[in-house]
Amino acid sequence: MKILVCIKQVPDMESHFRPNGSATWFDESDLAFRMNEYDEYAVEEAVRLKEQLGGAPEITVLSIGPDRVIEAIKKALAIGCDCAVHIKEPDVASKEPWQIASIIAAYARSKQFDLVFTGMQSQDRGSAQVGVLVAELLGIPSTTTLVGFAWADGVVTATRELEGGVKSKVRLKTPALVTCQLGLNSPRYPTLPNIMKARKKEITTLQAGELSSEKPLTGSAAFRHPEKRGSGVVLEGSVDELVEKVLVILKDKTAVLR
Amino acid sequence: MKLLLVGEYREGRLLDTTAELLGFAAAIGGEASLFLVGSAEAVPAFSGSLYLADAKVYGEYNPEVHKQLLLKAVQEENPDLVVFIHSSYGWDLAPRVAASLKVAQVSEVIGFSGNAYEVGCCNAKMHRNVTPSTSKAVITIQAGAFPALQAEGTPVVKVLSTDSASTTEFIGYEPAEAKDVNLAKAEIVVSAGRGVGKKENIEVVRSLAKAIGGELGASRPVVDAGWIDHGHQVGSTGQTVTPKLYVACGISGSIQHLAGMKKSGFILAINKDKDAPIGEVADVLVVADLLQFVPALTAKLS
Repeated sequence: MKILVCIKQVPDMESHFRPNGSATWFDESDLAFRMNEYDEYAVEEAVRLKEQLGGAPEITVLSIGPDRVIEAIKKALAIGCDCAVHIKEPDVASKEPWQIASIIAAYARSKQFDLVFTGMQSQDRGSAQVGVLVAELLGIPSTTTLVGFAWADGVVTATRELEGGVKSKVRLKTPALVTCQLGLNSPRYPTLPNIMKARKKEITTLQAGELSSEKPLTGSAAFRHPEKRGSGVVLEGSVDELVEKVLVILKDKTAVLR
Repeated sequence: MKLLLVGEYREGRLLDTTAELLGFAAAIGGEASLFLVGSAEAVPAFSGSLYLADAKVYGEYNPEVHKQLLLKAVQEENPDLVVFIHSSYGWDLAPRVAASLKVAQVSEVIGFSGNAYEVGCCNAKMHRNVTPSTSKAVITIQAGAFPALQAEGTPVVKVLSTDSASTTEFIGYEPAEAKDVNLAKAEIVVSAGRGVGKKENIEVVRSLAKAIGGELGASRPVVDAGWIDHGHQVGSTGQTVTPKLYVACGISGSIQHLAGMKKSGFILAINKDKDAPIGEVADVLVVADLLQFVPALTAKLS
């Protein structure tokens, strides 16, 4: 059994974002990057399946981007993926979902993966497209937004999160692709011995341009802070001052404080 | 502009979000038709063409088959824009259709200007404009971003069918867990978010809730981490609340969370991050470490 996990490296979402020179996306300087949170659940679920099957499946982790993404790849290897593919693309931010999916599909097409795991979306772009597009390009079934996953005899039973707390259960035959929602499992932290072991695992480097030359289907502009909709006030200062101000406001503006 | 709106049908009924598709269509202007895998016995009100397939035959969630049905409607209607709700149905089906048509998809649209669509990014902290470079496009619109517009009229029904094979077997629905905490009726809700840092710190927020006479709420990450029971979750996958006062402690304000609390009477947010999207709906955003501010506020209230 062969498993592919596709991960993305994204900035810490608590960062202060500034537009790049052309305002198509954020300026990368001064940003700290980490593994996309949704993808942490994808990596964990793949490793759990490997453990369930006594270590038999081989898990390949894939990430597209500049050399910084190797850090996210190494984390996935330390959690339990077996080998990695780093698809080099220095200007990954300019690639939109169709192009990213085309690159992944071009890599995966001849590899006969039985299962592909991805996060349901990235925290930065949030399109929720890439996973499904990869499945469509590979011509395999897929389902999204998993909060439950089980595999037995080549069949995936997935629990999908719908709206308002309702869930649904679906079954699909492998080869298949699934996208993972937050809360699917409890992602583990890599242990020091596993971090050491991961250093010996192989990372294959490929060039994005050699896999796909698809043109973008969308353009991006005017990356900006949203216009503030409310009339809210922002309070800063020492804790004591802030508490006094807030008490005055709450007594003045709400009828709930006695 | 010709629009094909993709309605949603679940557990035997048309979902309310379909009205938001009509709101979007009215806002952008043009001629709209509706696609629905639903019931021929209960045809929804709509003025225009309704491309209807029977959910009893094709299932309520059956992505491969729904894609084939929708592609038939696209072929017949030749729309400029196929419009979905950004929901578990929409984000699952839209990329399949976009891939088949090889056209651009823009996800979770909240506004538009010409053919540039405004979308959120970086956990909704930032916005940008996305412009399709294909003449036709597929979009999903954010739930709640456009006003709901009730449909009127009797549609011209065009029945769709396909013999496409299903690749996904639908087993069934699991109803929402019973809510042991009724936040909907609370006058004050004090919620804890990821900013509390660890499970023990929930007590800081719980103490404030107690001192102020409110119920304890939580954002999704805190529930996912197992720090607070799901019954306390506020947001689109938890409860929707409209208290007189909502206090958000260390909650950045994901779209899903905002959907569950933005209609509160007064919103007080405490966050270290001045740019946190909770600031968009907060009446007061206190930029502070909640572990320092919240106990100090609690002490004054006790």
